[in-house]
Amino acid sequence: MHYSRNLLAATAMALSLFASPQVQAETPADTLVMAWNIDDIISLDPAEIFEFSAAEIAGNSYERLVTYSNDDVSNVYGGAAESWTVSDDGLTLTFKMKEGKTFASGNPMTAEDAVYSLVRAIKLDKSPAFILGQFGLTPDNVEEKIKLIDPMTFSMTMDKAYAPSFVLYCLTATVSSVVDSKLVKEHEVDGDWGYDWLKTNYAGSGPFVIREWRPSEAVILERNDNWTGGDTPAMSRVIYRHIAESAAQRLALEAGDVDVARNLTPEELEALKSNPDIKLQQGAKGAIWYLGMNQKNEYLSRPQVREAMKYLVDYHTIADTIMKGKVTVHQNFLPEGFLGAIPDEPYSFDPAKAKELLAEAGLPDGFSVTMDVRSSGDTPAIAEAIQANMAQAGVNIELIPGDGGQVLTKYRGRAHDIYIGQWGPDYQDPNTNADTFAANDDNSDDAAAKPLAWRNAWQDEGMTKITRDAVLEGDAAVRAKMYEDLQREWVKTSPFVVMFQQIEVQALRKNVEGLQIGPSFDTNFFYTVTKD
Amino acid sequence: MADADLGEGRRRALPEWVPALARILGTVAVTMLGLMLITFFIGRVVPVDPVILVIGDRAPKSVYDRTFIELGLDKPIWQQFLIYLGQVFQGDLGDSFLTKRPIISDIARVFPATLELATVGILIGTLFGVPLGVFAAVRQGKLADQVVRVVGLIGYSAPIFWLGLLGLLLFYARLHWIGGPGRVDISFEYSFTNRTGLMLLDTAMQGEWAAFRNVVGHIALPGALLGYLSMAYISRMSRSFMLNELGQEYITTARVKGVPERRIIWVHALRNAAVPLVTVIALSYAGLLEGAVLTETVFSWPGLGQYLTNSLQKADMNAVLGCTLVIGTIYIGLNLLSDLLYTLLDPRVRRRT
Repeated sequence: MHYSRNLLAATAMALSLFASPQVQAETPADTLVMAWNIDDIISLDPAEIFEFSAAEIAGNSYERLVTYSNDDVSNVYGGAAESWTVSDDGLTLTFKMKEGKTFASGNPMTAEDAVYSLVRAIKLDKSPAFILGQFGLTPDNVEEKIKLIDPMTFSMTMDKAYAPSFVLYCLTATVSSVVDSKLVKEHEVDGDWGYDWLKTNYAGSGPFVIREWRPSEAVILERNDNWTGGDTPAMSRVIYRHIAESAAQRLALEAGDVDVARNLTPEELEALKSNPDIKLQQGAKGAIWYLGMNQKNEYLSRPQVREAMKYLVDYHTIADTIMKGKVTVHQNFLPEGFLGAIPDEPYSFDPAKAKELLAEAGLPDGFSVTMDVRSSGDTPAIAEAIQANMAQAGVNIELIPGDGGQVLTKYRGRAHDIYIGQWGPDYQDPNTNADTFAANDDNSDDAAAKPLAWRNAWQDEGMTKITRDAVLEGDAAVRAKMYEDLQREWVKTSPFVVMFQQIEVQALRKNVEGLQIGPSFDTNFFYTVTKD
Repeated sequence: MADADLGEGRRRALPEWVPALARILGTVAVTMLGLMLITFFIGRVVPVDPVILVIGDRAPKSVYDRTFIELGLDKPIWQQFLIYLGQVFQGDLGDSFLTKRPIISDIARVFPATLELATVGILIGTLFGVPLGVFAAVRQGKLADQVVRVVGLIGYSAPIFWLGLLGLLLFYARLHWIGGPGRVDISFEYSFTNRTGLMLLDTAMQGEWAAFRNVVGHIALPGALLGYLSMAYISRMSRSFMLNELGQEYITTARVKGVPERRIIWVHALRNAAVPLVTVIALSYAGLLEGAVLTETVFSWPGLGQYLTNSLQKADMNAVLGCTLVIGTIYIGLNLLSDLLYTLLDPRVRRRT
């Protein structure tokens, strides 16, 4: 008797302690809080950043030499650079820097900083360095190729007369961000170009300053009062909170603890539509979903089979009912928003047509293959739908789940039958995708370059040549036409089934305005955000 | 000086504790070595290319080759292991493959979060679990016993991420009683300085009571859930230990002598049941300190479990090995501690050694 009463009292006391009511949360008026899975960040150094979330952070805290308009990607203009000229032989670009720019540290920005930043990126040779390296810049020659002319002017000399549009789009990438050379040099240790320091610190001139990065917890940015690129941002602080679980993101958004949720599932987005405090906004991103068919497989290497597979995906049903608007149907390798992108949709779900093609290939009863599937995110759901679609023509697919590293290792070793995955462009120029989907210079097992075409053991010399020629075509309109023609041919014969383009959908509190969704994560801007 | 005295005292004490200490250290060393060996080789056998995970999928071949050598993957696997062992002996757990940060500082960052949560969990689990177990044992077979059993079974079998999400939905989203995901609200994040990494302690020591309340609000639900989970186990074990004791002859003797029932249960029987119970509680605590991955994920708790899982998924072997060492040390340490407590609780053990 006594025990039970004592126990009850103790329980009640403990519960009342924990249940101390908290006021309904709301983020401060001058602070934007975003819930996002930021586990992918490994570095905050622009010479190394190659991940979505880090790229977005850099895009808001550093200034790049060249930038483009989010509304019209073909409108390329100067960021840190004021203007540029191309030499008559087409080999040298000369950049003039904008006057009066100052870094957050107070140091003035000059051409010296730009030269330092580009040389540094090439010398460090981290993952994104190849974007600049494409122009014949190597750690050994970069100091001769990129030269200071006067305090506000510098030049860059290339090994070939590349199309100016190609070069300029590459210079919009995060890797071309201008770092504060004076500040970084203060932190150099043993000629490391300040790499150890800048990985977790900040030396930029953008609208926001990176104040702190706590891995798997938060990234905190504060307004940079030295920034001159536009009106003073209304937000004095922007916080990314790492919330891995999408359901928890939704709860935090609805409770008002965060202003924006970035990783919601299609179902959660659907459910939020009925909440009057929440609104959704979206924008097309460069990532595309595709199937890669390994040409080492005896069935998949038959041309009719490759074509048949393109009739065996129920594109619109998957986009509308499974992905609920997080993707849009897109069937070629250049995503909407790129120079030369075409909206053609030559394939639709047609099992009868596919069966005819399979019969022509000598497989009237279909065949069996495996498909490697990452067991995270939206991939399993899409893969299962495709499995059901393909079964309608007798193509039996065995799904092999694995984690990202496993699946990728197998794919890069050309040991798969079919790979399903996403591909995001590395920079805003069409060459990034043409180079990987259409070109393959060497199909041998120990090739130096391993583009997606190589991974699927596919080589088309004609298309490889067109891809190589296109980067040298100076006239942007002619160049665009080259990519259009290339894609129309490619979509028919390639071993790729491009299905969707990614749509980024953000869920925001009603009072948040002006959050920009660009075509790439490094052009998602929040310096225009207001809250009322 | 006093050296001579000390020396003599030590010589006399030698036979007592030196072999015991040597035995303990020997066990620790063998356990640790085995742990590292197994973890290391499993990590190398998995069909994942660590280089890709470090540099990403797009990097050109030159970067790939350089990283391959930087990670020491060009050497034979036994040599890699020996190099690693050498580092560990110098107190260096190596750098993360991925972030290049020292593993030690990563663990120092994430461990306090787990320690705080696990401690709250085990306190709740013990404070409720033991009395509930005793209560169930006393009322064996009666309704109260059945109720305790069902409550325990639910705690034991309900998936914790489901309970966690449901709890968040109810107490956080609907009722606004508690804080949401994370350890503290952003508005309090800068109102106190991080000294111990244990936010309850930091805020209390600095007298930031508003922040303290907020931290309590954040830890309440995950702490209560882990508490519930360990309570389920501890109450089952307490019940069975108590039943065992209550059937002993000394209890009958005590009852015959007219000792009050309350004293028989809480003093005579529980004192004896406490000996094995200490091990159960210590091991539950160790289990919680390992980092409750699902709980940490649901509540965005930046602790050891999340760190270990992320590192595993990214094949960051140095980080995984570092965590394994820490977890191994915790288990061994808590085991030793419970052995020590034995001697305090059980005079017979004390006399025997």
